Amino acid sequence: MAVQAVETQAGEQSGARSGASSGSVLRRYPHLTISPAILVVLLTAWWLASDVLGAPAFILPAPEQVLQALVRGLARAPWDHGSLWYHSGVTVWEALLGFAIGSGAGAFLGIALAHWPILGKSWYPYIVGFQSLPKVALAPLMVVWFGFGIEGKVFITAVITFFPVLVNMMAGYLAVEPERIELARSCNASEWQLLSKIIIPSCLPFLFAGLGVASVLSIIGAVVGEFAGASAGLGMLLMQYNQSLEIAPLFAVIVLLGVIGFLMSHAVGLVERHYCFWAQRANAWREL
Amino acid sequence: MNTVRAAALPLSSADTAPPLILARGLSKTYAVPGAAEVVALNNLDFEIHDGEFVSVVGRSGCGKSTLLKVLGGLLPFTSGSVELNGKPLRGPTPEAAMVFQSPVLLPWRTVLENVLLPIEFRRLPRRAYEDSALKLLTMVGLKDFARRYPYELSGGMQQRAALVRALVQDPRLLLMDEPFGALDAMTREQLNLELMRIWSDSRKTVVFITHSIAEAIFLSDRVIAMTARPGSIADVITVDLPRPRDLSVINTDRFGRHAAHLRSLLDAHGGLF
Repeated sequence: MAVQAVETQAGEQSGARSGASSGSVLRRYPHLTISPAILVVLLTAWWLASDVLGAPAFILPAPEQVLQALVRGLARAPWDHGSLWYHSGVTVWEALLGFAIGSGAGAFLGIALAHWPILGKSWYPYIVGFQSLPKVALAPLMVVWFGFGIEGKVFITAVITFFPVLVNMMAGYLAVEPERIELARSCNASEWQLLSKIIIPSCLPFLFAGLGVASVLSIIGAVVGEFAGASAGLGMLLMQYNQSLEIAPLFAVIVLLGVIGFLMSHAVGLVERHYCFWAQRANAWREL
Repeated sequence: MNTVRAAALPLSSADTAPPLILARGLSKTYAVPGAAEVVALNNLDFEIHDGEFVSVVGRSGCGKSTLLKVLGGLLPFTSGSVELNGKPLRGPTPEAAMVFQSPVLLPWRTVLENVLLPIEFRRLPRRAYEDSALKLLTMVGLKDFARRYPYELSGGMQQRAALVRALVQDPRLLLMDEPFGALDAMTREQLNLELMRIWSDSRKTVVFITHSIAEAIFLSDRVIAMTARPGSIADVITVDLPRPRDLSVINTDRFGRHAAHLRSLLDAHGGLF
């Protein structure tokens, strides 16, 4: 029976592969049709509201105006400070640096706080207290501390991405099956072996759940940081266009931010699928 | 406890070799903050000889699993003494390997990597054990699954892999905590037969915790019946069914008498469940 189960699984896999080469892809994965259809519906509604119903361009610019602004911004060279590439690059760089620092620290401290209960209990009130602060409120302070450069944006992104990873890592540590630990102890595993071969791998699904949240938050952190004062970046562009009532380019930046956020989250999903393939069932939504 | 000594003595006097496990006055209490402490094991005396298959039967919460963890060196006991192979028991040793209720296979490792985990933990040369691991996997019918991941295996196959993981270091003693309890009846019978075959080929000593009276009698040389909490030994039954046994032995009168005896013992001391 067991052999049968494995064979069925393998059969399904090869079935999926052969399906991918034929025209039945769309039938097999209906979302490949439905997802673009949603985009078409949204664009049509937008177009109706702006062009047909005649909403003023400074409130709701027409889709084609936004597309023009997007194309104009992306047509310029990446090193040109007037191009969307340049400002996207600045924002993504801030977000990635902050994400790396914040989630790295969160993962490390999450393990440490869960591993040494005294440490965890002593720090817990401060962690909860700090977590309940609206961290975007720190943005103006960042300008005072770090000025208009990227340091303040990296800092605020790090602070924002730190918590979801920390909390998930602690939850992951506490969720390790006690029998896995007993197994290691019954084999005279050292503390380091227990940590590196049992506990940390067991925490990976939780870690990636935290990283998925943090990846999206990292863009928010960088943009909010730029709102408070910056010399470059998509957040700064948003403020500029808003003040000069250039609404079509403003929409272009918003669209770009959405795409970047999606790509960040998708990238985390790909890394997760590689390192956490065995937990795919638990995180099936990520396969979307 | 005198009854226990009486039941255990004839065997130990008949067998002049020193027992592999010798427990005297073994007790384990759990401290409960703000409440009376819980006595899990109360003054146990028993010995288990080299090559013996001994089951421990008793109701849920009678301390069977605690006993096994104590013997595996995972839990410190409160009083009394336990000797393993003539030496006082101090923590886990390579001489004893544990098989748990669930397979506890790490999902990110292949079956072979899982089986070699104890070798890694004990920093033994992996190369030297890989062949024997593959041989053991072949023996339990998992040869073709060595490089598969646990989620590709059925429950019975996973528990077979867990058994191989315990056997890979060639321990003298197998400590099994209801290893087949979560499996369906058919798979369970099949694994019982395989375990018997492995045991009789390798002549390892097995301490086997189970809820099932039939399983205990079918597998064992002796069955330790435990009372309800606080767990102590109600009696020790010697199962004189001839070996090798196959499933037909279950239908014999002698098997039935043993089962009835064991059931009455357990009923008299708090029942089975």
